[in-house]
Amino acid sequence: MRLLRQAYRWLDDRLGISSTILPIVEHPVPRTNWWYVFGSATLVAFVVQVITGVALAFSYVPAPNSAADSLQFITHEAVLGSVVRGIHYWGASAMVVLIAIHMARTFLMGSYKFPRELNWLSGALLFILTLGMAFSGQLLRWDQDAYWAVVVAAAQAARVPLIGEVFAQILVAGQTVGGATLTRFYATHVFLFPALMFMLIGVHLYLVIRHGISEPPQPGDPVDRASYRQRYADLLRREGIPFWPDAAWKDVVFALAVGSIVLLLSIVPGPPELGKPADPTIVPADPRPDWYFLWYFALLALLPASVEDWFIVGFPLLMGLFLLALPFLAPSGERSAERRPWATAIVGLSGLAVVVLVWEGHMAPWSPALDAGPLPETVTGHLTGDTATGAQLFDAKGCHACHAIAGGGGQRGPDLTEVGSRLSRDQLVSRTLNGGRNMPAYGAALQPDETNALVAFLEQLR
Amino acid sequence: MDELATRRRFLSRLSIGLSVLAGAVMSVPIVAYLLSPLIHPVRNVWRDVGWVDDFKVGDTAQVAFQEPSPLPWAGQTAKTAMWLRRTGETGFTAFAVTCTHLGCPVSWQAQARLFLCPCHGGVYYADGRVAAGPPPRPLPQYDVRIQGGRVEIMTQPLAVVRKEAG
Repeated sequence: MRLLRQAYRWLDDRLGISSTILPIVEHPVPRTNWWYVFGSATLVAFVVQVITGVALAFSYVPAPNSAADSLQFITHEAVLGSVVRGIHYWGASAMVVLIAIHMARTFLMGSYKFPRELNWLSGALLFILTLGMAFSGQLLRWDQDAYWAVVVAAAQAARVPLIGEVFAQILVAGQTVGGATLTRFYATHVFLFPALMFMLIGVHLYLVIRHGISEPPQPGDPVDRASYRQRYADLLRREGIPFWPDAAWKDVVFALAVGSIVLLLSIVPGPPELGKPADPTIVPADPRPDWYFLWYFALLALLPASVEDWFIVGFPLLMGLFLLALPFLAPSGERSAERRPWATAIVGLSGLAVVVLVWEGHMAPWSPALDAGPLPETVTGHLTGDTATGAQLFDAKGCHACHAIAGGGGQRGPDLTEVGSRLSRDQLVSRTLNGGRNMPAYGAALQPDETNALVAFLEQLR
Repeated sequence: MDELATRRRFLSRLSIGLSVLAGAVMSVPIVAYLLSPLIHPVRNVWRDVGWVDDFKVGDTAQVAFQEPSPLPWAGQTAKTAMWLRRTGETGFTAFAVTCTHLGCPVSWQAQARLFLCPCHGGVYYADGRVAAGPPPRPLPQYDVRIQGGRVEIMTQPLAVVRKEAG
């Protein structure tokens, strides 16, 4: 015992535990609530990502000719490799969700206002970097989705005026996606972005200590630059509690809960299936981004073509500018969400939009359903002669990929279950041969007798 | 005292200046190295994709060729696919597989005689014109030539990274 005490005294003297570290850990904070746990949970998620990421890097080979094999090894042969990959995958999702909630919370409670403008700025940069990590990480799976995600990213980069071409070439490291592309994203994902994040997290935490955790806002109690610091100090003196352990226990409990969910998800259902290895010569592919970018994928499908160029360049730029400018646009005044209807509306509508668009992106009703399969027996069973031939043509010519009949088929074009009662024979012929609005003209793809059969089939759909 | 202040100001300026200089010098090789794909552009070449008679007049087939100078570890990504349409005895048109909307790979549907994009529903006719959906331009084309009965394609940068694409 005496020896231990002596050892501690020695360490304490050399490290300054009780003189420097404990006062920081036990610094007084306002009485907070459960909304304040998301920042620390994001940090825990980041640490988990770093640890599992380092573990994965022990086996992952960032070269197009080996990446798929090394991922197979990690997932199916390495001891508990599938769980490690699972934690890294679900942990990434958790981190995206947590940092988004943390940011929404900070915004809604006006915590970004004086004197915490730089807390917000460093946090906004961390949010952007987290999305960058999510994107670059999904590419390292180097499957078909990843390959085409790089191409799609380059296509968007190329739309930037003047420097677009150079920008796109820097992104893919050359004139085509190839050997240099994967190492570029690998180095970015495991060295460049994490290094920036470590620095920014250091700044962010330093600022949290320097300005203190913002007190839960009261309606009708605005931030006033002249008096805020004094009032905050008075508040701490009056009812402050030591951060450790009085406030921190909530952070620990919540982080543990999140960690448990991530661990469970990494076992069941586990990491996502490994797709076909990236191969530009296998053209039938159906690339989709991971869920955190599905909303953007959906937006790019739903936007009118006329505004698309502006949107692809302008939207990320405006979002970035808004995030960086926010604390300077509204540096003081009301903090409570109850007195800030615009802030509440922005968060509510953005959240709703993301949820709806992620769902739309998942369903992708604008894409032809190439896997629609043949028409059901209930539709074709009673058909003979021309109408039966027409039904076969409906499948063969790909009509079914865009038009549903009796429940099955694509959602791109109108449902044709009762088209015979809606359109006349002449209208049907005209639509089929000439197309219209968003339908291709089939004039070149159909012989006259084929057109007759197809139209006969459609006519009897009532 | 004044002399000491001047001396300190000089020393701090000297230290900061030298540090900035060191950083600037260090960044020259690093930036140049990272930009090397742009500084040393690839020389595009003609690639053989098969006999003229391997392709039926009126048909569109997928062919693949090797990129001009792939890295040794590029694996499958050393190759690029394209759609080759034989329009006549000596007529060929080669289309990039990348949709002009955002670059997803378009598939040829032989029966419907259309190229379909799986991402946002872009559709093109057999000759590459836009038939439906968001694509702003027709499918980009490659240069094709016939040499001694063989079809050859001129390699080119990924269509989506070029301004003049399409």
